[in-house]
Amino acid sequence: MHAPDQDTILSVKNLSVHFGRYAKPAVDGVSFDLKAERLGIVGESGSGKSTLGRAVMRLLPPIGRVTADTLTFDGMPLLAAREKQMRSLRGNRMALIMQDPRYSLNPVLPIGKQVAEAAILHLKVGKTEAYKMAATMLERVRITDIERTMKLYPHQISGGMGQRVMIAMMLLAKPRMVIADEPTSALDVSVRGDVLKLLDELVRENNAGLMLISHDIRMVAAFCERIMVMYKGRVVETLTTLEEAQHPYTRGLIAAMPDLKAPVRRLKTLDRNAIDAVEARP
Amino acid sequence: MIDVQDLSVSFGSGTSAKQVVKGVSFSVAKGETLGIVGESGCGKSTVLRSLAGLDRHWTGKINLAGTDVDKDRTREQMLLTQMVFQDPYGSIHPRHRISRVLAEPIRAMDRGKGWDKVAPALEQVGLPTAFADRFPHQLSGGQRQRVAIARALMLEPEIILLDEPTSALDVSVQAEVLNLLADLKESRNLTYVLVSHDLGVIAHMCDRVLVMKGGVFVDELTKDDLYEGRTHDDYSRMLFEASAI
Repeated sequence: MHAPDQDTILSVKNLSVHFGRYAKPAVDGVSFDLKAERLGIVGESGSGKSTLGRAVMRLLPPIGRVTADTLTFDGMPLLAAREKQMRSLRGNRMALIMQDPRYSLNPVLPIGKQVAEAAILHLKVGKTEAYKMAATMLERVRITDIERTMKLYPHQISGGMGQRVMIAMMLLAKPRMVIADEPTSALDVSVRGDVLKLLDELVRENNAGLMLISHDIRMVAAFCERIMVMYKGRVVETLTTLEEAQHPYTRGLIAAMPDLKAPVRRLKTLDRNAIDAVEARP
Repeated sequence: MIDVQDLSVSFGSGTSAKQVVKGVSFSVAKGETLGIVGESGCGKSTVLRSLAGLDRHWTGKINLAGTDVDKDRTREQMLLTQMVFQDPYGSIHPRHRISRVLAEPIRAMDRGKGWDKVAPALEQVGLPTAFADRFPHQLSGGQRQRVAIARALMLEPEIILLDEPTSALDVSVQAEVLNLLADLKESRNLTYVLVSHDLGVIAHMCDRVLVMKGGVFVDELTKDDLYEGRTHDDYSRMLFEASAI
């Protein structure tokens, strides 16, 4: 293996997504490179952050038109890839972890079977072997009493546990890139930290790249090496720490969050006119 | 304003009965904002629902604004409190126009038709009066939560119960709604009970915070405690550290 840290896993240049022919672009000319690092993508609802993640995985419905100068994953141009090729990539080389385990796990299959399915599908192993791998992986995500848990159905486990099962399932095939779309928003504060730590640990171990999509700018800042701030489909700023935020939108987002340590009498709200004035395109 | 003695709530019966709230007592002064934090399933929303009169199988004593309320509320007792729910998508009738949503409480209490009160109600929560003719799906999440707040204020209650009022909203919209709640409290001298799992929101809004775990209160924190990070219990310390990422 050559020095993997320097490798660009995903390269995106000028990516846009349009829904409908004359509509405004949902994602508008976004460019970035993802190495084996943790990249945070922050923005409000409707800023295009989730659409960006789905566009990269080519998971948008046919009505969403994706255009880009470059969209390469591990040296492979994704836009030219056929659906069959994409299917072999998804869940294998690239993984998506979604917000709510209650909706993203199959409700009629036991946990063990679902996780083992990932192994059968992507690692081409037999059933017994797959169950063994599933058990090891579930142990890695700190699920106790694996024997019993593997027989349970998704509705019988808690949200935090469900999210850990999702992580186990997605990271079983040791993907090169993980896209986590609001992985902790549906969870309690007390388990949020654990799930993030776990995700980080496993991603580092595989030397993979992580795209963490979230609206919680502080959580992302604490967790990621780089933060991309999106507003109306465009990247307005890329930061390494919150302190260097220059753009009024980023500053507004930070100021709008109530902070335990810095109490204020009134919270600042976003001045959208000022933001649009800065963002106004020539 | 609110005085609760030995409140217990159980769901189910016989051997499968599960006691969710285990004999809690607390009181809230007039004009105060009390916060209740805790994880999912700790019973915080159940306490609030009992106060609101939505759950009717509680035991103990609830006193609101000097009146002991019954499990089945009389009309006068119902007028004492109003509630704002977490999800503005689910708490407003999808096929009623905003004007009808807002007039509903007035009509339900036989206080007239209520149409004339719709416009001022929208104005006081910072929405244009033209919104009266819209349907909920034509409004954003933040706007819908404003409508829910306006509806809670229609009958001019003294106590407002807030169940995670901003957790379905973006941070930027959350700030606007929290500011609105603070303004309304000041201008109308309201008493709030705010339930949330977000310590940041609780610390910003509340004068006093109760930490709930497994159906009981394990800690009580004042505003100063929160800012200085003082806790008196292992669980609240854990909760504190988890929210300070």
